[in-house]
Amino acid sequence: MSLTLLNVIFAVVVAIAFAAANAAYLVWAERRGAARIQRRPGPNINGPFGLLQPPLDGIKLMAKQLIIPGGADKVLFIAAPVLAMYPAIMSFVTIPFSDTIVAHNINVGILMIFAFASTGSMSLIFAGWSSRNKYSMMSAVRAVSQSVAYEIPMLITTITVVMIAGSMDLMEIVHQQSRSILHWNIFPLLGNSHNILMPASFLIFFICTLAETNRAPFDLGEAESELVAGFHTEYGSMGFGLFFMGEYANIVIGACMTTILFLGGWSCPFGLFPGVWWFLLKLYLLIATFIWIRWTFPRTTIYGLLNLSWKILIPLSLVNLLLTAGLIKVF
Amino acid sequence: MIIEKTKLAFQKLLPSTEPEPPAVEDPGEEVEEEKGKKAKVKKEPRQNGVIECDYAVHGYHLDAQVAPDQLIEAVTIVDEAEFFIESITGVDWIKEGQIEVVYDFSRYDFDTCRVVIRTRVDRNNPVVPTITSIYAGANWHERETHDFFGIKFDGHPHLIPLLLPEDADFHPLLKDFKA
Amino acid sequence: MSSPIQLQPDETFVLNVGPQHPATHGVLRVKMEMNGEYIVDAETVIGYIHRMHEKMGENKTYPQYLMNLSRMDYLGALGYSHGHVLVVEKAAGIEVPERAEYIRAIMVELNRVASHLFWFGAFVMDLGGFSPLMYALQDREYILDMLEAVTGSRLTYCYFRFGGLYNDIDDDFIDAARRFIPRMRKSLIKYDKLVTGNIIFRKRLEGNALLSKETCRKYGASSAVARGSGINFDVRKNEPYSVYPDFDFDVPVYHEGDSLARYMVRMEEMEQSLRIIEQGLDKLPDGPIMPKKKPKLIKPPAGDYYQAVETARGSFGVRLVSDGTKTPYRLKLRSPTYSNMHLFDESCRGMMIMDALAFMGSLDLVIPEIDR
Repeated sequence: MSLTLLNVIFAVVVAIAFAAANAAYLVWAERRGAARIQRRPGPNINGPFGLLQPPLDGIKLMAKQLIIPGGADKVLFIAAPVLAMYPAIMSFVTIPFSDTIVAHNINVGILMIFAFASTGSMSLIFAGWSSRNKYSMMSAVRAVSQSVAYEIPMLITTITVVMIAGSMDLMEIVHQQSRSILHWNIFPLLGNSHNILMPASFLIFFICTLAETNRAPFDLGEAESELVAGFHTEYGSMGFGLFFMGEYANIVIGACMTTILFLGGWSCPFGLFPGVWWFLLKLYLLIATFIWIRWTFPRTTIYGLLNLSWKILIPLSLVNLLLTAGLIKVF
Repeated sequence: MIIEKTKLAFQKLLPSTEPEPPAVEDPGEEVEEEKGKKAKVKKEPRQNGVIECDYAVHGYHLDAQVAPDQLIEAVTIVDEAEFFIESITGVDWIKEGQIEVVYDFSRYDFDTCRVVIRTRVDRNNPVVPTITSIYAGANWHERETHDFFGIKFDGHPHLIPLLLPEDADFHPLLKDFKA
Repeated sequence: MSSPIQLQPDETFVLNVGPQHPATHGVLRVKMEMNGEYIVDAETVIGYIHRMHEKMGENKTYPQYLMNLSRMDYLGALGYSHGHVLVVEKAAGIEVPERAEYIRAIMVELNRVASHLFWFGAFVMDLGGFSPLMYALQDREYILDMLEAVTGSRLTYCYFRFGGLYNDIDDDFIDAARRFIPRMRKSLIKYDKLVTGNIIFRKRLEGNALLSKETCRKYGASSAVARGSGINFDVRKNEPYSVYPDFDFDVPVYHEGDSLARYMVRMEEMEQSLRIIEQGLDKLPDGPIMPKKKPKLIKPPAGDYYQAVETARGSFGVRLVSDGTKTPYRLKLRSPTYSNMHLFDESCRGMMIMDALAFMGSLDLVIPEIDR
């Protein structure tokens, strides 16, 4: 009994540490990456390669006063940043990094992660609503429509993967892809997924991940040139810091899910030496792609975003689901 | 040629006047003149009417001076001839006790013609009709002129300070304005 | 895109965009009456940095006022100085040596490219793409370095004098300019690939904020705002001044009238400016940069003078009313963005806020130039 409790505490602590460290250093990576793309040095003063920048930023943010605007809803205003961070941390508990490195594997891992991801948009709504700022309010409204629009195709696409794997256990899904690159769910050639539509599924899932994590070109909630800073306009200090970290933690979750569902998790492309290093390699390559996309594309419009989801992605993913079901029946 | 056409239209509007010498002499003559003589020349107010100016000297082709109540008709002429509005401004002729409102119009096509329409109003009660119903873009120009000179544009939909502070009750471009 | 909306009077709210807002690029305020994300009505409030340049013009002597013009528009300052010196030279009858006029044209065009580059970056940033700004600023930096070497300042130049110039250009400048032209052409191709061809970018701008010729005329729009609506109007061609008749260049005109057309016009204008610089460097005559005979004290004869020039932001006009003394009797500055911005109130009705702000970006606003 007590051992289990200790286990859980240990798992949660490690998950928080992993999420926080990732969030902090992804900010650094993003800034360095953006700087490289834009032909400027980026943060390079504090420590080697500017590696001390994130902790110093954290100290600065923590040392600042959290100003609550007059007339704001205090409880929601304070709760919102916390809500931004917790779904990511909770999701880390069930994500398997390798055969052995997993805090607590449950056989409906996918369900749990999506359940927590859905609550993530609540923090944006709370923040936008409680700030008593019209820009924040508009951003909250956008966030609601955006999260509704993109969760649907994302879930439908995930169902195709679940149908192929026949399981909602993340470990199991990875195991089925573990033999070689041709068994990965993104490729239809070998293994149990004789589904030629999987590249399309991967694309839909990836776009939805971008949109769900509020990343450019879908950062309509933040939209700094229209809505100032959107839902976190009124946040300073660590409130802002938590939103910021939450964004990156969510990116990590999104990239983890993409890796597990489509890219074979910790398995090696050639079937050799599977391990956590493969997982991390795939994970950070995906995150680098996120950063690359953000600094290349301009932002879409809110109607463009919703049109893309409702008129293209949802019908496509439904057709995809239908064909996948048919193909499974045939083979 | 649009210059002739517009000039004719103006002459129809202002029938009594004949072409008169330009309000300003050539620079060459002017330099030699003495100050006192120049002041005398300027004293006599210009009659309403249209004159064709030397573009190379003044930078515009037609210079029409109209009475305030002819303004709408004059602006309609240039509107119908497809001129665009360049600007509206004022000049405070404090010695004569008048304020001149100056309207600049120009053309988009290559039939270049710049038209200046002026009207003079009493300095103590400067009221001219608005032309916002003809040129929507005159709105800000008139508000600006109201800010700077205190000219009231009769019928203007929103005559509140534009460039000056919201509560400004002074008109800085009047010659007797002291900061 | 923007559909007419039926709404009840109590369904709207007022959104204050500015005076401090990332999209207004300065202290500009737009009071928007909103229905959700749709704009029902907008009222632009300007004048936050009004400095009354026109009154300063009446208080300062002609040479003292030279530096004021470059404070009007901090991105394309030389074009405005050009208008001012031209009108005073016209009024006072000062002859300008040919070399000086050529150098003026080269400088103004370089400044125009710099201004357009900054606009390009800022516009794409308005649309959410940050990187092009950095690329554009690097090219602009090259121009600013060149201009600094000759004029002595990077932003608020006081380079033109009545009758000529403050400083002659040297071989270093000519070399740098000749190196710059191919470099800039390469950059333009890069921008084209990175931004113009981007599908998100095009989707956002195509059909955004259609301006008709009639709207442009009623508001007196100029520069790319007019040329994007199919109006072939460029003061350099319509009323040639300085040495522009000697140059072979085109005026890009697009007929769509949307934000993309305005964007395309400015991008092509950069290429045309490069052509002018190239020809200017080739044709550059030898000679003095200041006239031999120049009045000690500039006292234009009494009269009314007007000069329009094409600056980076459109048709800029200076009206000079002289009473024969050493200070102007009245100096009116007709700023192009003032007219272009005025369009916004009427045209943005029924648009969504993000489209309206993209439209605002396409107008190329420089706030001190509106407020003067």
